[in-house]
Amino acid sequence: MRRPLRIVVAKAGLDGHDRGAKVIARALRDAGMEVIYTGLFQAPEQIVQTALQEDADGIGLSILSGAHMTLFPLVVDQLKEQGAEDIVFFGGGTIPPEDAEELKRRGVREIFTPGAPLAEIIAFVNRECGERRELVG
Amino acid sequence: MIERPSGLGAEPTNEFLHQKEQWEAASARGKGRKGPGSGATDRTISDLPLKAIYGPEDVGHLDLARDLAWPAEYPFTRGIHPNMYRDRLWTMRQFAGFGNAKQTNERYHFLLAHGQHGLSVAFDMPTLMGYDSDAPQARGEVGKCGVAIDSLADMEQLFDGIDMADITTSMTINGPACIALAQYVAAAERKGIPRAKLGGTIQADILKEYIAQKEWIFPPRPHMRVILDMIRFCRDEMPRWNSISVSGYHIREAGSTAVQELAFTLADGFAYVEAGIAAGMDVDSFAPRLSFFFNSHIDFFEEICKFRAARRIWSRHLRERYGAKDPRSWQLRFHTQTAGCSATAQQPENNIVRVAFEAMAAVLGGTQSLHTNSMDEVLALPSEKSVEIALRTQQVLAYETNVTNVVDPLGGSYYVEALTDEMEKAAEEYFRQIDEYGGVIEAIEAGFFQREIADASYRYQRSLETKDRILVGVNAFQKPEDRTGIDLLRIGEEIEREQARSVSEVRAGRDAGAMQRSLDSLGRACSDPADNLMPHLIECVNTYATEGEIVESMAQVYGRYVERAAF
Repeated sequence: MRRPLRIVVAKAGLDGHDRGAKVIARALRDAGMEVIYTGLFQAPEQIVQTALQEDADGIGLSILSGAHMTLFPLVVDQLKEQGAEDIVFFGGGTIPPEDAEELKRRGVREIFTPGAPLAEIIAFVNRECGERRELVG
Repeated sequence: MIERPSGLGAEPTNEFLHQKEQWEAASARGKGRKGPGSGATDRTISDLPLKAIYGPEDVGHLDLARDLAWPAEYPFTRGIHPNMYRDRLWTMRQFAGFGNAKQTNERYHFLLAHGQHGLSVAFDMPTLMGYDSDAPQARGEVGKCGVAIDSLADMEQLFDGIDMADITTSMTINGPACIALAQYVAAAERKGIPRAKLGGTIQADILKEYIAQKEWIFPPRPHMRVILDMIRFCRDEMPRWNSISVSGYHIREAGSTAVQELAFTLADGFAYVEAGIAAGMDVDSFAPRLSFFFNSHIDFFEEICKFRAARRIWSRHLRERYGAKDPRSWQLRFHTQTAGCSATAQQPENNIVRVAFEAMAAVLGGTQSLHTNSMDEVLALPSEKSVEIALRTQQVLAYETNVTNVVDPLGGSYYVEALTDEMEKAAEEYFRQIDEYGGVIEAIEAGFFQREIADASYRYQRSLETKDRILVGVNAFQKPEDRTGIDLLRIGEEIEREQARSVSEVRAGRDAGAMQRSLDSLGRACSDPADNLMPHLIECVNTYATEGEIVESMAQVYGRYVERAAF
């Protein structure tokens, strides 16, 4: 039997809006995944360290403070630095569409904005992180 | 002698009962019918059960004199002023702040010029969390969701050209609220305006930070001492200032139900009252200066009932439980903001309509001041155009709809009175549970509120997934590519660099010795509960100690709060 997917749900910077992160964490758990919630105020370095220590298949980062163009790229850089680009990095929050496109160009796999159905997010994680699990075993 | 009934529901005559039986028998009327596509549900958005129709039997247990009375009379269910908006409209107060103090000052001049009555300061995340703009923790956050205020220099710039004696100001800040208040006082006094003339409110509601908003610095117990010092300082030196704005807004935004918002907010208010009494203060010396801040969500009647229930609960507890004698202590005054969490990123123009309904609920519920959200806030900070529409929404409500002419126009409605009563009872049940934990702080430490809110928000999200609830443009009536044509306000990276440069200039230009002495004396005051921190803080800001430096010296005594992460 395949092991369950392991996902780190993270909050970065000074942003205390954790409603979305908690809803996603519960939804992924209810979909059968193992979820590690980092809690608030994590530095990008800490988030990537957590993902490495937990052998996570994916990182979901939630930002609603407007700092997304700074913090998402910092996590991407950290993943590169650690040679961990196989970890699927996705996120969500109050992120205008142009910014979401730019972040995807810069290595974020997907950005979900308010109103995105949970089913869609779960399907994305199952597909993308499932591929990663097949590769690394 | 026959006692005249004082119940709200008139004693039904046989004729009425017969009529009702026939009406019910004639069809499935009143039995919770739901036609296909009608969108009808049997529960409020907060999951309170609803009947299809309410009648005298639902309110028969309510007593006119005891439960409703008259506006401006105990228990204030019907409002706190005898003539409400006929005498004076609510204060139209749009929350604003972005970028640096100069940019925000321009927005304030714009709002005042367009008929807004009072100012409301939104601070950026680093300011709210006690970090200077050049701190590593601040990267990417400077000026993004509010204005960056590092030192007195920024506060002076923020109110440049504004008569601080003539306006009232609301400042939404909690962890470092004592510092922001000190900066406001110092900025005014440098213009020659004494602190006693300053009118306004500082949020300073730290308990809801641990419960919902998560912008804390110190742990709850030492922070309660900071709160008491602010309460005393405002009582003694700032007669026109509200020392705490006890806030349900953020509890609701974090995903709570209306009942949770009501109950947790009032429980926080009671905790401040109890702390003041325990510290030896006369309840009537500070309770009138506690004000409230609620959310107005999209379930129209439930919100109106929440506001009415809040007034009734507060007055009953203050009078009966805490022995307040001054009627002003019994009166719950509140600011309302429309629900940011009810806005959708899809078809954002629809948010204008949502805001209008939510604003009307706040007014029918008797709010004292109101912020209407802008349609684009779910995407970014609001543009000038959308802020103007939001303010115009309040003006249309105030001057065109005629809802302001009659006080508590829904008073006596079977539905509204029954739901008001039900919400009061549900809140009382929460107070009982909180008491079982030993109080609000203990319940915070046990994660009770956080768990209740996370459960509620997950239930709500699931109901959208299953389409038990319809959200227009999100899970019904969608259309593709609907986010074009809205200009977003963007805060550039240069703001962060400029602000970091300006705070380092402040540090370079001040008398370092005087600054250090003021921080040292603050540190000593933090260890001495008999001292009051506020005069020391005013001294610190006057020497241009930055917010980050002041917070650091306080944190050396108080420590910093860390939440156990759970979902």
